[in-house]
Amino acid sequence: MIEVQHLTKRYGRFTAVEDVSFRVERGEILGFLGPNGAGKSTTMRILTGYMPATEGKAIVAGFDVFEQPVEAKRRTGYLPETPPLYPDMTVVDYLTFVSKIKGVQASERKQRIKYVMERVRVADMANRLCARLSKGYKQRVGLAQALIHNPDVLILDEPTAGLDPKQIIETRQLIKELAGDHTIILSTHILPEVSQTCERVVIINKGKVVAVDTPDNLTGRLHGTVSMFVDVDPNGHDAAAILSRVAGVTGVTEAERRASSIGFEVASEPGRDIRRELAQAVVSNGCGLLEMRPMRVSLEEIFLSLTTEESPAHTAEEPVNA
Amino acid sequence: MRNVLAIAQKELKSYFASPIAYIVIGLFALLFGYFYAVMLQYFVRAGMNMNPMMGQQALNINQDMLRPVMQNVTILLLFVLPAMTMRTYSEEKRSGTIELLLTSPVTDWEIILGKFIGALSLYGVMLAVTLIHMAVLFVYGQPEWKPIATTYLGLLLLGGSFLSVGLFISTLTTNQIVAYISTFSVFLFLWVISWLGSFSTGFWTDVTAYLSIIEHFDDFSKGVIDTTHVLYYLSLITLGLFLTAKSVDTERWRG
Repeated sequence: MIEVQHLTKRYGRFTAVEDVSFRVERGEILGFLGPNGAGKSTTMRILTGYMPATEGKAIVAGFDVFEQPVEAKRRTGYLPETPPLYPDMTVVDYLTFVSKIKGVQASERKQRIKYVMERVRVADMANRLCARLSKGYKQRVGLAQALIHNPDVLILDEPTAGLDPKQIIETRQLIKELAGDHTIILSTHILPEVSQTCERVVIINKGKVVAVDTPDNLTGRLHGTVSMFVDVDPNGHDAAAILSRVAGVTGVTEAERRASSIGFEVASEPGRDIRRELAQAVVSNGCGLLEMRPMRVSLEEIFLSLTTEESPAHTAEEPVNA
Repeated sequence: MRNVLAIAQKELKSYFASPIAYIVIGLFALLFGYFYAVMLQYFVRAGMNMNPMMGQQALNINQDMLRPVMQNVTILLLFVLPAMTMRTYSEEKRSGTIELLLTSPVTDWEIILGKFIGALSLYGVMLAVTLIHMAVLFVYGQPEWKPIATTYLGLLLLGGSFLSVGLFISTLTTNQIVAYISTFSVFLFLWVISWLGSFSTGFWTDVTAYLSIIEHFDDFSKGVIDTTHVLYYLSLITLGLFLTAKSVDTERWRG
């Protein structure tokens, strides 16, 4: 559905995007992940035909965005970083105008506007001026605008930026619902967003693609070992020694010590499930098993290790849930 | 064409959604009324003092009343028209809505023409208000309609030239004040460019007189449609729109 080949964008001597290539299949959600200033917005602006690339090729819905821009744009919906609303128009007037320039047939216009307003839940604000909308509503009207002509491809630049937690969850849910009918690229610098919404991730840093994979594979790829967090009440026994003796365990580190229990991080051989053996060993040696859970390497860590020069020290802290 | 009209309509609506349209039209109508009233009084006085037996030429309402009014109007346009174009592109760039326009399946030219027609329509509405004053003349006097018609054609062409140049200037900045001042200065320069040639004779006098935007208006107010003047204004309009297109395209490359 979307094919990007060797895209490069230079501003004078500054290279914003360098040799970026990726593909997105029909109906897929691709996450575009990178720190601020990595080239996410630039890539998206090139894909939407807002600006031309210095080199390379981009094909959206079967049309080259440089050769046949109008055809490509007809099939693309775009939500820029700031929703492009006219403050002095009401939501309905705004969507009517957008539907006209996006080429929605006059006969379908009313119905289409009604549909998108319900879909993104802004129908209750239909006659309010865009200037008077809250940030969350502005974002949703921006999304309505991108959807109005029922495009094959949706390109969303940081769709959840600046929203409150409830709105973020709603927006993610909405994006997931849309994935069936549309192919979606969304950019973000918030990592959990990618693991929650996207099927595939392109990590971009300093204008270059550093990784393309599924969130799960990325997690697995970075660390071969899987760690377990085990909270044990030692009852006077040497809990660390008991844990080390379990078959398949490659390392035991004390992570936190409390008044009546000790938390351990237990590393095991790759691909081996040691949960049963661990539980058995703790309990049969007279200790109390208070908690046991896999410690997943968070995308944050993957991200940091891929985008920073020196690899960060792996800490035994809990995965960050932002 | 449908896209052009959609954008023109949106532009016109946005003028009326902001105070710009009301301020511009209101103040213009007020000042026009003032010029009109003053010149009418002068005309009536002059008419009463005139003695046909002295061999004086009879006063003509088109030449002796309307023409001076319209000359004042052209000066008024110098101040009013930059306000119509100052926000056309600059505001879209500042608020980011330019991203919507440039990523919609419309061409740059459709956007430019839409914006131009939108501004021209507002200008048309502004001129239409003054037709009331013309109607009054027809009720109480016998003015010739032809010079009035050519004057309005001249005003449209002159104003259209200003608007197209203003449109171009508004693509160069995101600040409306900067757009207004720059547009005003360029207009004023185009107005007085003939002064450059007034100290010499021959070639440069002709060139600067030809370039001066106001030299071409006079014939229209006399009731004459000279193709030279029509062509001058149409060329200027085309040049303004062409520069706008170039500027939008360049902006695109620079990002």
